[in-house]
Amino acid sequence: MPETEFFSVRNVVKRYSSNIALDHVTMGIPEGSIYGLLGPNGAGKTTLLRIINQITAPDEGELFFKGKKFTSADISRIGYLPEERGLYRKMKVGEQTVYLARLKGMSRNEALAKLKYWFEKFEMQAWWNKKVEELSKGMQQKVQFIVTILHQPELLIFDEPFSGFDPINTNLLKNEILNLKRQGSTILFSTHDMGSVEELCDHITLINKSKTILEGNVQEIRMRHKSNLFEIGFTGDPAAVLQTLNGDFEQVDLVAEQGMHVIKVRADHRFSGNDILKRILPVAGIASFNEVIPSMNEVFIRVVESQHN
Amino acid sequence: MNKIGLIIAREYITRVRKKSFILMTFLGPVLFAALMILPGMLTTMEDTDKSTIAVVEQDSYGRPLPDSLQFFRDVIPDKENMKFVYLNNMRLQDVLKTYDADAYDGILFLSQDIISAGRETSVDFYYRKPPSLGMELHISKSLEKHIFDNKLIVNKIPVNAIQSFETKVNLKRIDWKNWQKGGEDATDIKRFLGYICGFLIYLFIFMFGAQVMRGVLEEKTSRIIEVIISSVKPFQLMLGKIIGIGLTGLTQFLAWIILTFAIAGITQQVFMPGSIKAVTEQAAPGNVMDAGTHTVQSFDSPQTESAIRDVFRQLRQVNFALVIGAFIFFFIGGYILYGSLFAAIGAASDNETDTQQFMFPISIPLIVGLLVMINTFLNPSGKLAVWFSIIPFTSPIVMMARIPFGVPPVGQILASVLLLILTFLFTTWLAAKIYRTGILMYGKKTSYREMWKWIRYKN
Repeated sequence: MPETEFFSVRNVVKRYSSNIALDHVTMGIPEGSIYGLLGPNGAGKTTLLRIINQITAPDEGELFFKGKKFTSADISRIGYLPEERGLYRKMKVGEQTVYLARLKGMSRNEALAKLKYWFEKFEMQAWWNKKVEELSKGMQQKVQFIVTILHQPELLIFDEPFSGFDPINTNLLKNEILNLKRQGSTILFSTHDMGSVEELCDHITLINKSKTILEGNVQEIRMRHKSNLFEIGFTGDPAAVLQTLNGDFEQVDLVAEQGMHVIKVRADHRFSGNDILKRILPVAGIASFNEVIPSMNEVFIRVVESQHN
Repeated sequence: MNKIGLIIAREYITRVRKKSFILMTFLGPVLFAALMILPGMLTTMEDTDKSTIAVVEQDSYGRPLPDSLQFFRDVIPDKENMKFVYLNNMRLQDVLKTYDADAYDGILFLSQDIISAGRETSVDFYYRKPPSLGMELHISKSLEKHIFDNKLIVNKIPVNAIQSFETKVNLKRIDWKNWQKGGEDATDIKRFLGYICGFLIYLFIFMFGAQVMRGVLEEKTSRIIEVIISSVKPFQLMLGKIIGIGLTGLTQFLAWIILTFAIAGITQQVFMPGSIKAVTEQAAPGNVMDAGTHTVQSFDSPQTESAIRDVFRQLRQVNFALVIGAFIFFFIGGYILYGSLFAAIGAASDNETDTQQFMFPISIPLIVGLLVMINTFLNPSGKLAVWFSIIPFTSPIVMMARIPFGVPPVGQILASVLLLILTFLFTTWLAAKIYRTGILMYGKKTSYREMWKWIRYKN
């Protein structure tokens, strides 16, 4: 890999008495990237994130932070927004954020100064003396987000960051994540929302049943999972087009829209896109032609399901 | 270490600032003072309802008697809240029938033959509302005295002579160990002190142990736990919580002790100068037994003054430095032992109801400790007291009840202290193992088997 490996997980194994939660998982997060950790429910994502946050220890395997062995002193270099997150309900917002920042190793004054910046940015100054229980859920999530990033950690970890956020806050959060990346942070996040993976992630790891089953650059993975599916828009007689493709190509879909027909065709390994064009050109007018690259959602489903079979 | 300090500070400050803490700090001593004063106050206080009691006297054949032939006429004097009406020539049957007329609150029926009764006899008292203890005592004492005096006359013994025959014998306890120094003991006050100390420790462990449990549950149910343990180790969080709440408890108890004595002292000085004796007697059941068998106890001033002097002389014999030192040690030791177990319970549960199943086995040794402590206070060097003051789960309560009483052998104290330290180190270690797994478990009811697995997890 050309980029330096910023954080690496090597052969991590975690067993619970009756089952194995992580089975020799290896993962390398490049510096300055946004890295997606994907997988169905119960695959072991949260366990891996907890190991990275030193909440639990692996049974086997090693972790490295910038090439050096990851130690407990490094914990303040990480910001973690867990999936199960909350705040002390009876505590005031200001006091609580200062407390949590100090637990991460910041001094009181440093925490106050940074909090002032973020509270102004999100227009939350009025909440400072309110108890958490008086805030709406969306407000609480903003407070949690600030607490996670306040100490300017080099590595940020978000577990299902968008769950429970309304679309406006989701957008706000996405923009902040991209901002943080621009400022040099490396971000690891786990999610089920494949749309946000395509939108944000540079790299992903897909874990299923405790094992890594897919890893790499998002665009590469999508290209790798092309299935020789082509989409052709044409004018003319659909029957003639079907006739000329019949036998050698599988017709997946055919719709008519705005005076034009759109057909989806899958070619087997003997043929390429050019072969399809050659066949259609004589019988119809081509309006558009492109190869269909699968979405991350499709890749996810296909890979996970192929494992089950 | 710095992080534990932050956690301790948060736990302490958020609790001490709570309205309920401030309220309890001021209310607690009022309740305690009431507990100390009330028994004394009750004995000096009669109920305020005025009762009219009809006294019916008949001869041994059941015939009514005119005033002039009655033996017991005017024998029972009226008191503020009771009036006795001696009926002339009335049959019990006829008086009983007047129930609906509502003229009397009760009927005392006397058969003349009780005047020559032997060691024990009884008289009937018909009531609408059961008589108060004070009234019962007043009636029987008056009758007893009259029968006694009458027997003296019948036997031709001068009444004033008999008073010089009567001798009351009290046991003066002398500590053999200190016989050369005169060795007067302070058993009563020491018993009382031991009882208070043991009880306070019991209360403290239960109250603040439960707070640890609730604190852990709060972090679990609010889901903040994972945010925090990504900054600190679960053990640091648990320890910080236990220490912070423990300090809250110490603060509250210190405030209570100071305020209790202040309030009790002021109240006694101002309102009831006599009740100190009642309090010390209440604390020593041995004394209550012989109180007032012959003469009704009165709180006449010379007696009271000497009682107060007694209390202060006895108090001076208590080794307060030892008592306070031991109190703080057993306070802390017992609280950490149970507090860590309470933390484990909180971590293994999802809500208060879930905690019930685990609370039971922890409450039992505490309650056993309290029961043994009550026994201790009657017999502080008995086998039961000695063993339970060494067994760590009951030792804070039981040993604390023994120490003010007289220093137990050094070997026993050392064994108790050492075992308590070892045990709380062990329970804290055990609790930490359950805690660090339990806090991350949601939505599943934990079984003991599950907990056993958690204990064996490597990390």
